[in-house]
Amino acid sequence: MPIFYERKQLITPGDLLAEGDYEASENTYKEDNKIYASRIGLMDYDQKKVYVVALKSFYVPRVGDTVIGKVVEVGLSGWIVDIRAPYLATLRASDALERPFNPRENDLTAIFDVGTLVIAKIIAYDRTRDPLLSIQEAGLGKIKRGQVIKVTPTKIPRVIGRKGSMVNMIKQETGCEITVGQNGVILVSGKSPEEERLAMMAIRKIEQESHTNGLTDRVTEMIRKEKRGEKNA
Amino acid sequence: MKKTPEKLIDEKGNRLDGRGPTDLRPIKLEVGVLGNADGSAYIEQGKSKILAAVYGPREVHPKHLALPDRALLRCRYHMAPFSVEERKSPAPSRREVELSKVIREALEPSLFLEYYPRTSIDIFIEVLQADGGTRCAGIIVSSLALADAGIPMRELVAACAAGKVQGHLVLDLTDIEDKGGEADMPIAFMPTCNAITLLQMDGMLTNDEFEQTLNMALDGCRQISQLQKEALKAKYVAVKEAVEERIQ
Repeated sequence: MPIFYERKQLITPGDLLAEGDYEASENTYKEDNKIYASRIGLMDYDQKKVYVVALKSFYVPRVGDTVIGKVVEVGLSGWIVDIRAPYLATLRASDALERPFNPRENDLTAIFDVGTLVIAKIIAYDRTRDPLLSIQEAGLGKIKRGQVIKVTPTKIPRVIGRKGSMVNMIKQETGCEITVGQNGVILVSGKSPEEERLAMMAIRKIEQESHTNGLTDRVTEMIRKEKRGEKNA
Repeated sequence: MKKTPEKLIDEKGNRLDGRGPTDLRPIKLEVGVLGNADGSAYIEQGKSKILAAVYGPREVHPKHLALPDRALLRCRYHMAPFSVEERKSPAPSRREVELSKVIREALEPSLFLEYYPRTSIDIFIEVLQADGGTRCAGIIVSSLALADAGIPMRELVAACAAGKVQGHLVLDLTDIEDKGGEADMPIAFMPTCNAITLLQMDGMLTNDEFEQTLNMALDGCRQISQLQKEALKAKYVAVKEAVEERIQ
C-alpha cells in the first residue's frame, strides 16, 4: 500500500496520492483502488485514511455548526439567511419568538430586518432540504456590535487552533471577544477599534500563512510588536 | 486586413514566429487574479490573452433550471469588442454560443457535479485578445479558475490544438496558421484519467495524419498540464517561501 507524497506536501487536483486499501477521506476520491486529490491542499494520512486539507474551499453546511449569516429576505413565517454556502438557510419565526407565531400580531421586520447579521446554529440539513437555523441558545441571535471578517472556511480550524489555542491567544492578547462561524465568517468585538484592528490583522495573517509551521508563535509576536509600536507612537 | 504571407513555414521547417513544428507558444498562467469572483485565472498564450472567473456553487437563478440530482454547469465564452482586429460586436455571436457549449462539455466530466444538487456553477471566459487557439486556452484557464474556486474535480483539464499547415503537421496554431492552413484540430485532455473531453476538427487529414496530429496534441496537453499544476501551486509556494525566509 504505497503512499506517493509526504505529509503536508502541496497537492493539486488529480495527483495520485496512494494506492491500495486506504479509505478516500476529505477532498480525495478513489478509482480503481487508487486515491487521487480533488482539491488543492496539503496531503495527510493516518492508518486507514488518506485526506487533503484544502487550501481553498467553500462552506458546506453541517448539522450542529455555529454560523454567522445575513438576512436576505423576510418571508411570511420566517427569514431567509445567506450563510455563504451553496444553499440559502431558513430561520423560522416561531424559533425566534419562542412562542407560536401569529402573522397578524408579529411584524417580522421588527425582529430581524433585511441586512441583519445573525449568529445561528444549523439544526437540520440534508441533500434534499435547505439548511434550517435556530437561535435558541446562549450567544446566538442578532449581532449588535463588532466587526466581521470573512476567511476561506477550510481555514477555520487553523484560526481556532488545537483545542482553541490560536483563538484564545488572540482573545488574550487583544482583549477582543471573538465568535467564529464555521462558515468562515468571524465576529470580532473589542472595547476599542484599535483592539479590533489588531485581532483582524492577526486573523488575516493566519489566513494567508495557514499552510506554514510555527504560526501561533509568529502571530503572537506580531500582535505584541504592534501593541508596543502603538505605545511608542 | 493583414495579408497572409505566402509561406507560413520556411525551408528549415520553422514557423513565422520562429517556433519549430512541435513547439508550444510561450504560456503565462496566473491564478486568483480577481477579488470578487470565487475563483479566477488568467492566461497569456502567445498573443492570446484570456481571463476566466468562476462563481459557485450557488443558488440557481432562474430557479426552474435547477437540477435535482447535480449542479448545473453554465459557461459563457465571450470575446471583448477589442479582442480582434476589426471590432467585434459585443452581442454573443453564433460562434460564441457554440464555443460556450463545447467548453462546458469539455469541463463537465472533470467535476463532481453530483456533490451539490440544486446549485449552479458559472464560468465566465473573457477573451481580451485573440490570436488563435482561444477555445483551448479558454478550457485551460477555466479549469484553473474552477480549482481556485475550490470546486472538487477529478483533475485539471488541459487543452491544445494541432493541425496541418502547408503540408506540415504543427502544434498550437496561431490565427494566421489556422486560416492559411489545411486542418485544425483542438482537443481537451485529462492526462491522469486518460480521457479526451473535446475533439473537434476542421479541414482534411488522412488517417495517418490524424493519428500523428492527435498524438502531437496530446503531448502538448501533457506539457500544459504541468504548467497548470505549477501555476496553481505558485501562490501558496510563494507565501511559504517568504515565511521560511523570515524565520531563517
